[in-house]
Amino acid sequence: MERYRVLMSGSGGQGVITMAIILAEAACIYEGRTAIQSQSYGPEARGGATRSDVIISDGPIFFPKVLQPNCLVALTNEASAKYLPLIRPGGICLYDSDLVQLDMRVDARGQGLPMHRAVLEEFGKVQVFNICVLGALAGLTGAVSLQSLELALKSRFAPAQFEGNRKALLLGAMLAAPLAGASLY
Amino acid sequence: MALKNYIRERFFPHIWCPGCGHGIVLNALLHTADTLGLERSSLCMVSGIGCSARISGYVDFHSMHTMHGRALACATGLKLARPSLNVFVPMGDGDATAIGGNHFIHACRRNIDLTAIVLNNRIYGMTGGQFSPLSGRGIVATTAPYKNIDEPFDIVNLALGAGATFVARTTAFHVREIASLLKQAVQHKGISVLEVLVQCPTYFGRKNKEGGAVEMMELYRDHTAPLGSAKLAENPSLIPRGVFRSEERPEYCEEYAKVIARAKE
Amino acid sequence: MKAAGTGKSPGGRAKKASAAPDVRFVQGNEACVQGALYAGLNFFAGYPITPSTEIAEHLAELLPRKDGVFIQMEDEIGSMCAVCGAALAGAKAMTATSGPGFSLKQEAIGYACMAEIPCVIVNVQRGGPSTGLPTKVAQGDVMQTRWGTHGDHSIVVLTASSVQDIFEITVEGFNISEIYRTPVVLLFDEVVGHMRERLIVPPQGELSVVDRLYTEVKAGVNYHPYLPREDGRLPVSDFGGVHRYNVTGLFHDIFGFPTENPDQVNKLIHHLVDKIENRAHLLARWKEYHLEDAEHIIISYGASARSARHLVEGRRSKGDRIGLLDLQTLWPFPAQLIREKTAHAKNVFVVEMNMGQITTQVKQAVVTPNRVFLVNRMDGMLVTPTDIGTVMRTVEGRGF
Repeated sequence: MERYRVLMSGSGGQGVITMAIILAEAACIYEGRTAIQSQSYGPEARGGATRSDVIISDGPIFFPKVLQPNCLVALTNEASAKYLPLIRPGGICLYDSDLVQLDMRVDARGQGLPMHRAVLEEFGKVQVFNICVLGALAGLTGAVSLQSLELALKSRFAPAQFEGNRKALLLGAMLAAPLAGASLY
Repeated sequence: MALKNYIRERFFPHIWCPGCGHGIVLNALLHTADTLGLERSSLCMVSGIGCSARISGYVDFHSMHTMHGRALACATGLKLARPSLNVFVPMGDGDATAIGGNHFIHACRRNIDLTAIVLNNRIYGMTGGQFSPLSGRGIVATTAPYKNIDEPFDIVNLALGAGATFVARTTAFHVREIASLLKQAVQHKGISVLEVLVQCPTYFGRKNKEGGAVEMMELYRDHTAPLGSAKLAENPSLIPRGVFRSEERPEYCEEYAKVIARAKE
Repeated sequence: MKAAGTGKSPGGRAKKASAAPDVRFVQGNEACVQGALYAGLNFFAGYPITPSTEIAEHLAELLPRKDGVFIQMEDEIGSMCAVCGAALAGAKAMTATSGPGFSLKQEAIGYACMAEIPCVIVNVQRGGPSTGLPTKVAQGDVMQTRWGTHGDHSIVVLTASSVQDIFEITVEGFNISEIYRTPVVLLFDEVVGHMRERLIVPPQGELSVVDRLYTEVKAGVNYHPYLPREDGRLPVSDFGGVHRYNVTGLFHDIFGFPTENPDQVNKLIHHLVDKIENRAHLLARWKEYHLEDAEHIIISYGASARSARHLVEGRRSKGDRIGLLDLQTLWPFPAQLIREKTAHAKNVFVVEMNMGQITTQVKQAVVTPNRVFLVNRMDGMLVTPTDIGTVMRTVEGRGF
């Protein structure tokens, strides 16, 4: 039984919490697994450090927080500096290779991808950056399937927004494709 | 309907002091209900705490005697839950503008269809004569033995500033005027604020050398004048009486009905 | 997994329905909204405050669609007052807040106790006192729910440790408020209020919903609004109906008219307290895990109970005789239940995020109070299974 303890971190406005909700919802609703999403936040709506925890499991989950992630997503330097020390030995850290300069001194695998740049080139704006990260995360770890994520996106977004989000998801998955199937351990 | 059908006779005699102005307002209220032929089960009275608040026990309406200052907030919930009710909210000056000041300005702002009556005797009567936000400078009260230094509110201006759509003032001396203004207030769609200056001979008159009930009512006669009257033009220091504002604006319950319609689109 | 029992619930499941399950992935706060609507909520008055605001936001969207009223009042005091007014006009009414707002509502909660107005108050707890830790978890309002308003009174307080439980306990809360004509406090916390997990909304009819009990007294016949029936229930007549009566926060007679008659005062205060305290056994809701042979019993509630469960399941799988009592009724305090369940326990550990508010109650209930130990955490973070294990190691002198 594999248990994904995902800690997603970045700054307010990057869509970190939305990304976490979609990931957990995909696992819970569309794969029938147990999933819990929670978040810790400060008084700021924009800027500041944002963190959201997702646990996905085939069995019950009681303690809802992630203390030691086996999968860390870091979208700012501040976030990576703060949370990298928490990562479980052998875990994986997905970060944006342009936004984050990873100081990898822990026993974990750092995986940088130019997601922000790719989204900017493809869409000319960064609104769907978080969905691209989600695609990369799914491709990299197999925590949930791309199909489930697509279904979760479809239920959450209006048809007009869905297509862009779907493209962003696939863009992320493609970026991660060369590294796909990376085991957490 | 006979006037006494609007009261709960078995709860009399009332608790008010001899000479108190509150009974005069109750009397005018009963006449208003009778004149308009209002059906008792459509009438509701919500009051707070204080001498004025006890009115709600004496009327044969649906009556809710609530907490100090909270009558308008309770009435807002009641009215929204059942907009067909005709809701009266009698309040004292401390009740309405001190502890209940926030609810007062927001009820005015929302323009919800309630009839708010402020019985302004410029004193806390039930607790024994402490100064209120309406007492004003120079008044002697048990909590202002060396004369009050607090500036007073003007209830009419407060209501106007907060956006009330019907605002009027009269006194306990002008008995027919109370009934006539109450009638307009009831018929007005939206919040109506009627200030009635009422004498408290026991705690205000005695301490401030205004005499008994009769002398205090003579002061109301002599120191007030109708809006637009020659008397007021000659002597602008008199307290104006009458209707200060009566205008149509969207009423809260009706606007909320539109919210429901939009939500269902 | 064995030995997952559920406390008896007279509300219970009325009948099996066969429609496709309505499965959602939602926050605890949203589950509360869904439970309230399921129970027939049609009036909400509130004021924005973290971490309960989502309840107001969802209801602002959903209530008008069901012809219900949503109003954002000028303050927390006004919200609670509007709830009282609406309930007298016939509404199933609720407000939601957190610590600072809950403090402000106390005056009108007392009014609802005295005037026997059915209503529901949600408190999603954050760190306190004062403004405290607005975005962080705590369980420091347990005693405030019991004694927050002045004077002798009794009140019902329910809590839950999962999104699904929040839904079901919210329905229960409304039912209890109707049956006993009392304010019911739903005491949640930031963690269960904000975390998302699976919610299965049962089809309408599966959970029983108690509607207001109306008087059968006809128009023109004397109706005594405050004369309880033989079974203790108080049939109501709405404001706007044929019976006109007085409601007051003063001690009152059977007509609702103020009284200072010592007999009537004495009778009323006893009625107000007894109607709840004498039925503590009927009002107890709980969940229990592995208690039958447990040497070590953890008593917890809300988010803390999740950490406790994590620890209990882990250690059971290694053979430790440890069990969990997850309380859902906090007030009236289920002392009898606790005495029975802990009768054979060597140690009792109470896990809560305060300085021991339920611990002191447990100590009064058990036979050996010196074997009751508090495990807490007060820094805004959710108490962890490790925190619990550390205290157990100290008490037992060994690791588990």
